[in-house]
Amino acid sequence: MAITRRALISNVAKVGVPAALAVTVGTDALHAETESVPIPSIAVGLLYDASICIGCKACVAACAEANDTAPDIRGDGLHQAPSDLNDVTRNIIKLYKPDDGSPSSFVKRQCMQCLDPACAAGCPFQALHKDPETGIVTWTENKCIGCRYCTITCPYHIPRFQWQGYNPRVTKCELCSQRLEKGLQPGCTSVCPTGAVIFGPRTVLLAEAKQRIKNNPGRYYQERVYGEYDNGGTQALYLSRVPFAKLGLPELGPESVPARTLRWQRRLYQYFALPAVLYVGLVQVIRKSLAGHEQEAHQREKETGLRAQL
Amino acid sequence: MSKHPTIAEHLEASGVSRRSFVQLCGVLLATAPVGLSLTKDKSVSQIAQAIGKTKRPSVIWLHFQDCTGCTETLLRTSAPDVAHLILDVISLDYHETLMAASGAQAEAALQSAITANAGQYVLVVEGSIPTRDNGVYMELASKPALQVVTEVASKAAAVIAMGSCASWGGVGSADPNPTGAVGVDSIVTGKPIVNLPGCPPNPYNLLALVLEYVTMGKLPELDEFRRPKFAYERVIHENCPRRAHFDAGRFATSFGDEGHRKGWCLYKLGCKGPVTHAACSTRHFNEIPGVWPIGCGIPCAGCTEKGVLWRMGTFETVPIHLATPPDTYPPIYTAAGGVKVGAAALVGAIAGAVGGATWVASQRFESSREAGVERITTDRAYAEKLKSTSEPQVGKSSDEREN
Repeated sequence: MAITRRALISNVAKVGVPAALAVTVGTDALHAETESVPIPSIAVGLLYDASICIGCKACVAACAEANDTAPDIRGDGLHQAPSDLNDVTRNIIKLYKPDDGSPSSFVKRQCMQCLDPACAAGCPFQALHKDPETGIVTWTENKCIGCRYCTITCPYHIPRFQWQGYNPRVTKCELCSQRLEKGLQPGCTSVCPTGAVIFGPRTVLLAEAKQRIKNNPGRYYQERVYGEYDNGGTQALYLSRVPFAKLGLPELGPESVPARTLRWQRRLYQYFALPAVLYVGLVQVIRKSLAGHEQEAHQREKETGLRAQL
Repeated sequence: MSKHPTIAEHLEASGVSRRSFVQLCGVLLATAPVGLSLTKDKSVSQIAQAIGKTKRPSVIWLHFQDCTGCTETLLRTSAPDVAHLILDVISLDYHETLMAASGAQAEAALQSAITANAGQYVLVVEGSIPTRDNGVYMELASKPALQVVTEVASKAAAVIAMGSCASWGGVGSADPNPTGAVGVDSIVTGKPIVNLPGCPPNPYNLLALVLEYVTMGKLPELDEFRRPKFAYERVIHENCPRRAHFDAGRFATSFGDEGHRKGWCLYKLGCKGPVTHAACSTRHFNEIPGVWPIGCGIPCAGCTEKGVLWRMGTFETVPIHLATPPDTYPPIYTAAGGVKVGAAALVGAIAGAVGGATWVASQRFESSREAGVERITTDRAYAEKLKSTSEPQVGKSSDEREN
C-alpha cells in the first residue's frame, strides 16, 4: 500500500500527540505525588476550644455585623436563628446534645481555612483562592461562574450558595480580611467573652492548643488538636471534650481531599496511557462504523443508481 | 437674696437639706451615666458642687394643646422632695398649672419674665400647636398659640419640647388632625431646640437636660429627631427586663394568659419596644422600680416615636431591626429536606414525557427512513418509466412493468 500524504499526517498525529502529552503530563504526575502541602508564610487562623464555649452566640451576631450582612431572620422573623451556615451566615454555634445524657458540647462552625482547600481545587476559575501569605481562602465575585463545585467539594460543607437572587454569591468565612487590614481582629474573636475562640498565627495557636492539652490531662478528646494534620492541616484548630465527629468535624485522615483525588486522577493520566488506549479504541470504532457506512452507501448507489445523500 | 442666686444658695435659703440635694444628683448620675458632660465627673459630690455653683436658670413653661400629663408626672414623683428639688433647682418663672395668679396678672408675669431674662431663659413647651385656619383653635390671652410660641421663643436661649405633643404633635396630630397640630420644631426656627418625646417623658430627662445646659453652657448631643442621646439612643428592647423571654421565644399571646401572668415577653401583644428609643426600661417612673408600661404588663406603645404612637395599631407587631440570636441552638446536622410527593410526581412526569418523546421520535425516524428507501425505490421505478415511455411500447402492459 502506497503511503499517501494524508495517511502520513494522520498517522503522525495518531501516535505523536499522545506520546508528547504522555511525556509532559507523565513526568508532572510523578513529581506531584511527592509534593507536600505548603504552609503559608504567615498563616493566621482560629483556635476554638469547645470545652470553654458557653454558647452565648456573641460571635454569631458579631460576624453578621462585621461582614455587614443582614441577620438571618428567615426562621421566625424575630431572631437571627439560622439552622445552619447559609448564604448570609458565615459563622454559627451549634449544639451537640446526645439523648443518653452524656456530655453535650457547643461547636462553632466556620471555614476551616484548609492548608490545601478543596473548594479552591474544585473551582474551575480560581474564584476561590488561597492567599499565599495569610492562607485565607477568599471568594472573588467577578471570577465566579456559579457552578457550585466549591459547595460540593468542601468536605466540611462550608461554602454556601445563594439560591435566591439574580447574581448569586458564594458565602464563606474569610476571617474578616477587611478587618485584619485595619489591624482589627475578626468579628468573632473580638467579642468572645470566654476566649473560647482566639485569633492568631497558626503556629502560635497550635502551641497554645498543645499547652492546654498538656496542662489539662484527660480533658480533651484523644489529646489532640483537630486541624493539625486533619485534611492535610487546617488553619482553624479545634479542641473538644467530645469526639470531633459528633461535632460535625469528620475524620478525614492526614491526606487532604484534593491530594487524595489528585493522586487517583494523576494515576489515570500517567504517561497518558489510559487516554491513549481510549483514543485508539475510539478510532477503531469510528473506522469500523465508517467502513460499514461507506459499504452501505455504495450498495445503495448500486441498487438505486443515485448517490447516497448522507 | 439676689434675683438669680446660685442653686446652692437658693437651696440653703429654702431649707432643702444638702443630703436631699446630693441624693438628687445621685439620681441624675443614674439617669444619664453617659452622654452628658455634666455627669462625666465620677462622684456625686463633684456633680453637686458643679450644679451648686450655677445660677438658677429661669424657665418659662408654656402649655398648648396638652393634657398637662407631663407636668403631672413631674409633680407625681413619689419622693415628695424630688418635685420640690426640681422646682427649687430651676427658677420656674411662669407655669400656668403651678402659678397662683390668673388672668391679667398671669399675663403680666409672663411679660415680666420674658423682659427680665430676655435671651437667657429656657422655654419649655408642653402640648402641640394648632396651625390650621391661622391657629384659631387655641388662644392664650386672646392671642393664637402660634403667635405666643413664636414671640416667647424669639427671646429664649433654648427651647425644650416637653412630651410627644410638643415634639411632633402627639395625640392632637393623630388622623384626621382637625387642628393641624404640629410640634415646636415645625414653627420655631433659629433657636436650639431639644425634643423630649414621651407620653409623658421621664422628668429626670428634663432635669438632666436643663442642668447640662445651664451648668455646661451647651446642649447634649442630639439624634436626628433632636432627642438627647443620653436618654434616647437605645431602643427599649435592648434593655428590657423581659428580653430573656423574647430570646427564648416565650411570648404572652393574650392578656391574662399563662405567659402574661408569668411575665413573658409582650411582643406578640403589640409591644413597640423593638423600635422605640427611650430609657424607660432603665429609668422607671416615680422612683418606683417596675413602674413603666412593660413593667406593669402592658406592651410599650412607642410614645417617643413619631411613626408609632397614634399611627400604628395597638396590637400591631413591629419589625425587629438588627435581630440577634435566640437562646436556642441548631443541631449539628440539620435534616435535609425530604422528597415531597408532588415534586416526585412532577419530576417523574417530566422524565416520562422526555422518554416517551424520544421513543416516538425514534419510531418516526425509523418509519421515515423506510419511507426514504421506498421513495428511492419509487424514484427508480419512475426513472425506468421515463426511460420506457421514451421508447415505443411493444406488447408490454403497464401492470407487468410495475411489478
